[in-house]
Amino acid sequence: MRRLLTTFAFVIMAFGTEPAGAERLVVSLSNHRVAVTSNFVGEELVLFGTVEPEPAGSPLRPPYDLVVTVSGPPQTLRTRRKERMLGIWVNADAREFVRVPSYLAVLSNRPVNNIASPDTLRRLQIGLDNFLLPQRIGPDLADTVRDDSFRRAFVRLQTQQGLYRESGTAVTFLTPTVFRAAIPMPAAVPTGTYSIEVELFANGGLAARTTSALEVIKTGFEQYVADAARDYGLLYGIATALMALVIGWFASVVFARD
Amino acid sequence: MQIYLPIADLPVNVFLVLGMGIAVGYISGMFGIGGGFLMTPLLIFIGISPAVAVATVSSHIAASSFTGAISYWRKRALDVALAMMLLSAGIVGTATGVWLFTELRALDQLDLMIGLSYVTLLTVVGAMMIYESVRAILRTRHGMPADLRRPGSHTWLHGLPFKLRFKRSKIYVSAIPVWAIGFVIGFIGAIMGIGGGFLLVPMLIYFLRVPTATVIGTSMVLTLVTMASATVMHAATNHLVDAVLALILMVGGVIGAQFGARTGQKMRGERLRLLLGLLVFAVGCRFAYELVVRPDDLYSLRYVAGG
Repeated sequence: MRRLLTTFAFVIMAFGTEPAGAERLVVSLSNHRVAVTSNFVGEELVLFGTVEPEPAGSPLRPPYDLVVTVSGPPQTLRTRRKERMLGIWVNADAREFVRVPSYLAVLSNRPVNNIASPDTLRRLQIGLDNFLLPQRIGPDLADTVRDDSFRRAFVRLQTQQGLYRESGTAVTFLTPTVFRAAIPMPAAVPTGTYSIEVELFANGGLAARTTSALEVIKTGFEQYVADAARDYGLLYGIATALMALVIGWFASVVFARD
Repeated sequence: MQIYLPIADLPVNVFLVLGMGIAVGYISGMFGIGGGFLMTPLLIFIGISPAVAVATVSSHIAASSFTGAISYWRKRALDVALAMMLLSAGIVGTATGVWLFTELRALDQLDLMIGLSYVTLLTVVGAMMIYESVRAILRTRHGMPADLRRPGSHTWLHGLPFKLRFKRSKIYVSAIPVWAIGFVIGFIGAIMGIGGGFLLVPMLIYFLRVPTATVIGTSMVLTLVTMASATVMHAATNHLVDAVLALILMVGGVIGAQFGARTGQKMRGERLRLLLGLLVFAVGCRFAYELVVRPDDLYSLRYVAGG
């Protein structure tokens, strides 16, 4: 079912949205690799780019609008809802969001709803409301309507964590054809490969698109500890228990009063 | 100074966590308990998920109880045979607890289970401790000795078969209650992230009539081994033990415990028990409040799988 959906999405992209084409995007990222170290408190990446005529010499059609969609490595998350049962609050209902982006930022020069028609935005999956977030519903995987309470709660919780965001001010046009986009990376940013989709709009229609990517890696000690915990759980546990014994013993030696 | 915790996956302030370690260590040294029932809620409060908190605190308690056990071993106030007997059951209890922990986590009910166990256990035990210590304080007011002598009469527990003699503690009891107590402590320790010292000591005194001279040392050995094995099991099955967090907590805990122990020795036994009872009861009520009052956010997320 998911493959069907993806295929469907690709078909739409291939036939429905092919840019009419007088522009080309050239973009460059300030840094393709974000290293999460022990004192990582978040970082801001900058994407620079220009709109070039394609083929060279053809006329440009400003003003342009630009949307940058950054999506992190896929994750499966359960959204749970509490209900009152016998006087206490219990997780009663849950939905699984399957292989959704762990990080999702929709950055544009003005609110996406003003850039193109709702139909175009939905077709291109632009904006948090239009991004495909498949849920497991019975045996199937499907996105629900944007007003679905679980979908809304999921987006809201991810937004509170700083992992999902939609900003109509993060992209700035320095000249009518030169732009910069600020990509915020919060402290709790998941590691993995991120894809960056850059879409240029002119008069409410898609004019050009390009993609880029970046990588978030844990480095040094953090990576080592996280890998060890995941891959060598038993040894890691024994090492932690031994560490506890050594510290306990050390304390009794240091503070011995007899 | 912020430090990134690799398993909890969030940055925390080192001095805040170290301070929490020292504060809980102080209380644990003062009352001779592990302090897990305070540390786990505190970690949850600063944003660490209940599952990581429970798993990590077990290693913290292992460290502080090892310090305690060494000092009791030096004073020969430790019944090795009784501790071994309790342990064999304690490890089975811990394994069962870790298994149930994993199952409940998959059913989205782990947080509820942790909350409910805290409420019932802490309010009941807290209320009992308050009742008992207030009575003891009133008795001293009336010029009677604070501690009643243990009645020499035997309960039905002493009529059970498989009797064993524990020389250091000078008791002769059936293996069945010893096993049951060990199992219960190991089990709730793994589920709730507590060493269970505040439960084990009264159980050993009231059910098995273990003399006060050996009871705390013996309880510390049991806490040490159940918590060390809980650490290993949680790490092997759930991959939730955060070694960096554990290290900061341990260092704070062992320092705080030294100062706490000094304060504790200056206080009268029944006063100390009343304070501990109030503390235990208050933490229990805090958990009850959380379960009963409508939460700020009805929704919550749980990570299922990457990729």
